[in-house]
Amino acid sequence: MESTPHFPIYMDYGATTPCDPRVVDVMIPWLREHFGNPASRSHAWGWEAEAAVENAREQVAELIGADPREIVWTSGATESNNLALKGAAHFYQSKGRHLITVKTEHKAVLDTMRELERQGFEVSYLDVQEDGLLSFDVLKAAIRPDTILVSVMFVNNEIGVIQDIAAIGALCREKGILLHVDAAQATGKVEIDLKTLPVDLMSLASHKTYGPKGIGALYVRRKPRVRLEAQMHGGGHERGMRSGTLPTHQCVGMGEAFRLARLEMAQDNAKARALHDRLINGLKDVEQAFLNGHATQRVAQNINMSFNFVEGESLIMGIKGLAVSSGSACTSASLEPSYVLRALGRSDELAHSSLRMTIGRWTTEAEIDYAIETIRQNVAKLRDLSPLWEMYQDGVDLSTIQWTAH
Amino acid sequence: MAYSEKVVEHYENPRNVGSFDKGDESVGTGMVGAPACGDVMKLQIKVNPATGVIEDARFKTYGCGSAIASSSLVTEWVKGKTLDEAAALKNSQIAEELALPPVKIHCSILAEDAIKAAVDDYKKKHAH
Repeated sequence: MESTPHFPIYMDYGATTPCDPRVVDVMIPWLREHFGNPASRSHAWGWEAEAAVENAREQVAELIGADPREIVWTSGATESNNLALKGAAHFYQSKGRHLITVKTEHKAVLDTMRELERQGFEVSYLDVQEDGLLSFDVLKAAIRPDTILVSVMFVNNEIGVIQDIAAIGALCREKGILLHVDAAQATGKVEIDLKTLPVDLMSLASHKTYGPKGIGALYVRRKPRVRLEAQMHGGGHERGMRSGTLPTHQCVGMGEAFRLARLEMAQDNAKARALHDRLINGLKDVEQAFLNGHATQRVAQNINMSFNFVEGESLIMGIKGLAVSSGSACTSASLEPSYVLRALGRSDELAHSSLRMTIGRWTTEAEIDYAIETIRQNVAKLRDLSPLWEMYQDGVDLSTIQWTAH
Repeated sequence: MAYSEKVVEHYENPRNVGSFDKGDESVGTGMVGAPACGDVMKLQIKVNPATGVIEDARFKTYGCGSAIASSSLVTEWVKGKTLDEAAALKNSQIAEELALPPVKIHCSILAEDAIKAAVDDYKKKHAH
């Protein structure tokens, strides 16, 4: 991709993907001459914009096996999560006030749940297994007569594990409970067919699937019908569920991105799988290196590893030719490491020592080879500097040490 | 977050990395921090028993770039100082020299704690 700088090598596709140049191309006319408001019913400027938005809605729906009328445009997955959870909780509160989610969810779900707790709802935050997957039995045990909604993400943003949404959905159906799924990291990576998948609400993001930022969508099932209380009031756009003038160029961009994802998913995944295996193979003999999350029930695009006795942020500083992220929270004001890795039962030091590498459509073999080389070098260098590594080499059990916590 | 040039310089070329024999009478060892917090510093000083002057220092640090830089810097600073002079080093001096941002001040505090712990350890060994 000529428009993207090649250094540092981009391996943070989980944070955002580059906008596909083909997506950019179809967006431009809607920023230039075709500027009409899709809600303008009285002239051709509005009609053509509306047609473009509706075409894009079909493209989004098609990727996930939905009806276009089940797609509500939003500003992104965070807004979709807010609308789904608050909208459903508010609408169905007379049926019950208990909600269930998982500790490894994205903050957009967890913080929204916290807000609902402040509003008087009760929320259960379920533990996951060591491999990052939600146990079916744990979910079953958490369901109460007053449970109205379960929210489980499809693909975890930090560790890439794929939850068994079909089984979770079947259980929720049986119990008459709504299921919301945050699929921001799943589109274009996992086959989704809502004709058969029992999901009631699904949050979608554009910019994790090679579309522009600032646009997303919420799938709201029609059969059986799911009702939401609007969170954004105004002109009654999106069948009253989300008011606000639609950004035609953004909708068109997300539509094209999702159309490409549908056409190219198999090829993207095959390529990512080969690169994933190449990276894992290049790092697997590093001593005390651990893959975080289930080894096979995961998207190929995510490789999350902990290099014990090396702190993640210092590793990132060393591998400066790579743009990656870490579960170490040293960059933030708090000293808490990744809550996702902690939820897997990883020790604090392993959580602090993690590196999230996320690859995608334009990652190359040469980039993977460079990554392997620079990670190996820097892990070795930082271990030479690490008192913990020294103690480990001397056979000291670190868990027996009385640390002076600060 | 961008790092200051001095932090990067110490990170790229850490001074006085390594370990002295803990049991050596002339060595004081300080280990502070906790893996759970993402920082552990081990700082060692080698003291001339006749003069009470620190003649050499070593460190090993598990932590972010600022923690590594803070400990590397203090190993340079303590050399040639008496035990009391070394123990009087303040974290604010370290933070200022390395231009640490507010979220990294704890790294300099840890480095100050490490020197004090090393000095205490040496003094304990020679208390009799």
